[in-house]
Amino acid sequence: MKTKYMNPYLAGVLLGLVLLMAFFFSGRGLGASGAVKSVVVTAVDIVAPGHTANSDYYGKYVGEGKSPMKSWLVFEMIGVMVGGFLSGALSGRLKWRVEHFPGITANRRLVFAAAGGILFGFGSQLGRGCTSGSALTGMASLSVAGFVSMMAIFGTAFALAYLLRKNWI
Amino acid sequence: MGPLVPQEIIGADWNLFIAFVIGIGFGFVLEQAGFSSSRKLAGLFYGYDTVVLKVFFTGAITAMLGLLFFSLFGWIDLSLIYVNPTFIWSAITGGVIMGAGFIIGGFCPGTSVCAAAIGKIDAMVFIGGILLGIFFFAEGFSFMKDFYMAGAYGPLKVSDFFGISGGVMALLVIIAALVMFKLGELAEKKWPREEY
Repeated sequence: MKTKYMNPYLAGVLLGLVLLMAFFFSGRGLGASGAVKSVVVTAVDIVAPGHTANSDYYGKYVGEGKSPMKSWLVFEMIGVMVGGFLSGALSGRLKWRVEHFPGITANRRLVFAAAGGILFGFGSQLGRGCTSGSALTGMASLSVAGFVSMMAIFGTAFALAYLLRKNWI
Repeated sequence: MGPLVPQEIIGADWNLFIAFVIGIGFGFVLEQAGFSSSRKLAGLFYGYDTVVLKVFFTGAITAMLGLLFFSLFGWIDLSLIYVNPTFIWSAITGGVIMGAGFIIGGFCPGTSVCAAAIGKIDAMVFIGGILLGIFFFAEGFSFMKDFYMAGAYGPLKVSDFFGISGGVMALLVIIAALVMFKLGELAEKKWPREEY
């Protein structure tokens, strides 16, 4: 198959080296959903500071001397935006568009994207991390949680693939 | 020697800058691998493109072996590396909900940010969804707290769980990955598609 992307095994080795550097420098792995959580906490704290201070959930991240945006994951995800943009620019892939299977409309794609995002966001908090933070990083550090997350995420996606096939093939 | 920041070999002031630089590498590799395309990501679940499987497992194994060898050479103190704790019920349930989100939405959080960075509007909408999903969880947290904390095993490692060494565990993961890579290659031949 002719490809416009990097060889997947080479990309995997590079991804592993980036993850290894995160462990070596900062003693922790990669993540993504944690940065979005910081954005949510910050937004809710601006709108309703009393609410966040009294909450079991938000309370951990706000208060005297705490700023949820000054977190490792927030800065890492800003880097992801920069790195993704640079890669797209180098490979000529910068373009505003809704990417979807031609058999469905762009609107249908967007509705499903929103629904999937809501589920993923909710699940990432319940599962204490997403594909990056819990599954990938967890597997590299041999954590049980990492292997369980990986199997639950990919297993469920496979199990539901038939139901959703009209969106993709 | 490592990890450098937790042992104060590099000052904590540098940690956020390091995070930013590592993020650039992370985003660059994800985009180069094609993870900015939901159609490529979803390909795994229909067999026409198994790039997710190959990149994800090669990445996990590379870092896993890196940690084991760095530890063997005395370059890193594994006891200072964060191991995410296991809360078995919330891990399974959260994973199932995330898996549904993956096949419905076509992205995971990291890949959606990467895709949004090159202009994919569907990825931006997905991110909007993540924000809402996290907000819903946060607001409903008090109802789920008991379930969230149930089945706690701490930072348990699979190697300890099975009573084998980290090296043997890594070897088993590598063998499993090689079998899956072979299946992936066969699937791509069976259900060929033009690339997205």
